[in-house]
Amino acid sequence: MRRRLPVIIAFGIGFAMLIQYFIPHPRSEEFYNVIVQQWFIIIYAFMYIFALRSFFMHHITKVKKKKEGYIFSAVAMVSVLFMLLSGLITSRGPFFDSLYNYMIAPLQGTMFSLLAFFIASAAFRAFRARNVQATLLLVTATIVMIGRVPIGDYLWRGMPDLVEWIMTVPSMAAMRGIRIGVGLGAVATAMKIMLGIERSYMGGE
Amino acid sequence: MLIGLLFFFGQMPITVVARTDSISLKPPTNLRAMDTPNDHGKSITLFWDCPLDISNIEGFQIFREAADESLHLAGYAPVNKTEYVDQLGLRNNVEYQYSMRSINLEGVVSIFSELSPVVTAYPQWFKKNEVNILIMIIIYFGLVIYFVRIARKGKKIFLRRIPGLDALEEAVGRATEMGKPILYVPGIWPMDEIGTIAAMNILKPVAKKVAQYESRIIVPCIDPIVMNVAQQTVKEGFTEAGRPDRYNQDDVFFLTSAQFAYAAGVNGIMVREKPATNLFLGVFFAESLLLAETGNATGAIQIAGTDRVPQLPFFVAACDYCIMGEELYAASAYLSEDPRLVSSIKAQDWGKMAILISLFFGSVFSILGLRFILSWFSAG
Repeated sequence: MRRRLPVIIAFGIGFAMLIQYFIPHPRSEEFYNVIVQQWFIIIYAFMYIFALRSFFMHHITKVKKKKEGYIFSAVAMVSVLFMLLSGLITSRGPFFDSLYNYMIAPLQGTMFSLLAFFIASAAFRAFRARNVQATLLLVTATIVMIGRVPIGDYLWRGMPDLVEWIMTVPSMAAMRGIRIGVGLGAVATAMKIMLGIERSYMGGE
Repeated sequence: MLIGLLFFFGQMPITVVARTDSISLKPPTNLRAMDTPNDHGKSITLFWDCPLDISNIEGFQIFREAADESLHLAGYAPVNKTEYVDQLGLRNNVEYQYSMRSINLEGVVSIFSELSPVVTAYPQWFKKNEVNILIMIIIYFGLVIYFVRIARKGKKIFLRRIPGLDALEEAVGRATEMGKPILYVPGIWPMDEIGTIAAMNILKPVAKKVAQYESRIIVPCIDPIVMNVAQQTVKEGFTEAGRPDRYNQDDVFFLTSAQFAYAAGVNGIMVREKPATNLFLGVFFAESLLLAETGNATGAIQIAGTDRVPQLPFFVAACDYCIMGEELYAASAYLSEDPRLVSSIKAQDWGKMAILISLFFGSVFSILGLRFILSWFSAG
């Protein structure tokens, strides 16, 4: 029963959600809201307790053992506690908002902006003409890059149209091919889970 | 003098300002109203025919009345439209009637059109416009069950080699030889995403191999539920390999719930711990290249897999092996070699074949002007 009960629940909920998709009635929407919104919130609330326990255990161990970079673990724990307390004490007031707007948001923005440099280094490696495919990629990418900026149109009037054709015909065809496979694979995986054939995600087969 | 004045005014251009009045503006005709089909109710769709002369018309005002509502303005449609969906303040099972009038730029309005027939909004119990999707799901469901039954009878099903998955064993072995851990990143999406479930399905055979090689696996998680599932999955993998003693719950941990903080945290692990193997399997977004490039810089062997098409080029550029799209879902079957799981891949292949045939005949029929086949594949 320990193994069967999760499979029965997965089948029941999975089948109900499948049927729910085809029923537009408000009762069906209410059911969806209860399952997806209310149950999810309750489950997440409890799961965050486990997550915080895991977070602190991981970092306390690092600090205790003075592992490499343990100072970052200490900073992470202090930051979490500081944010938590500031949110609780100020009832998520302006001070809490300032912490988010002037510390977390710029830090995340900085991390995101690093992407530009990473793209450059990855492109440099990918565009080395080692074989036919890599050469084809190099040529196509060069055309697309030039065609996307004003100089492309200046060099040759047909360049933007050529780029548009590359993006909407061969590139789109390849992407759609992958997407069809993804769609079928996703449905097959969902069916395997509903039928109890795939149980790896539950821990046991 | 008089002759001169007559001559002067006679030369001046005479401007005639043609003001439109409500009589010259015509209202729409043949106003029809119906309950909007395949919805949750509280919606009525209107159709009408435009007046013959629309040169002075800016748009149409839509009026509504009910037993307890006098005729009032309920909406506006531009002149190029002949359809309007009224959803503002409508109630189910209440009888409504509509009327329309034309309006021009100066605000001059026409007379009202005739009232529409009485109409009632009500919710439906089935989306008739998506019956084709239901039929396809049932057929596909049948195919999966059919091939699972065949697999149970012991028939061998051929699976093409997937280099990225074949390299897993080598990657785990390399980490063991180097005495370094394996980093497994299960993406940044919660457990309700099929790509994350696929990542968890692959985690178990990977954990089993790690346990067999007596190596170490690090799984930083962004989602609390994913963390719990990952802990159970890794534990089960170690137990199945006969090494439950080697499982360390602290190695499968919650890092953060913010996307770029997670990327920074995982990058930190890569730089400090220097894993010999990085596995990025699951759902990734903008952080994909941040992770893959850092891993590349540390010299780790990298295997990535995602069902997010826009992230695939980044992984192809920065990783040694890339598991593309549906291969991510097939990985669990490929690694476990369970015939029941492998059989479902056969059903996927049949599904793809059906789509290819449909594409071919759809193209041929469309070229011949027979477009009915397109309606079989459109929803909504």
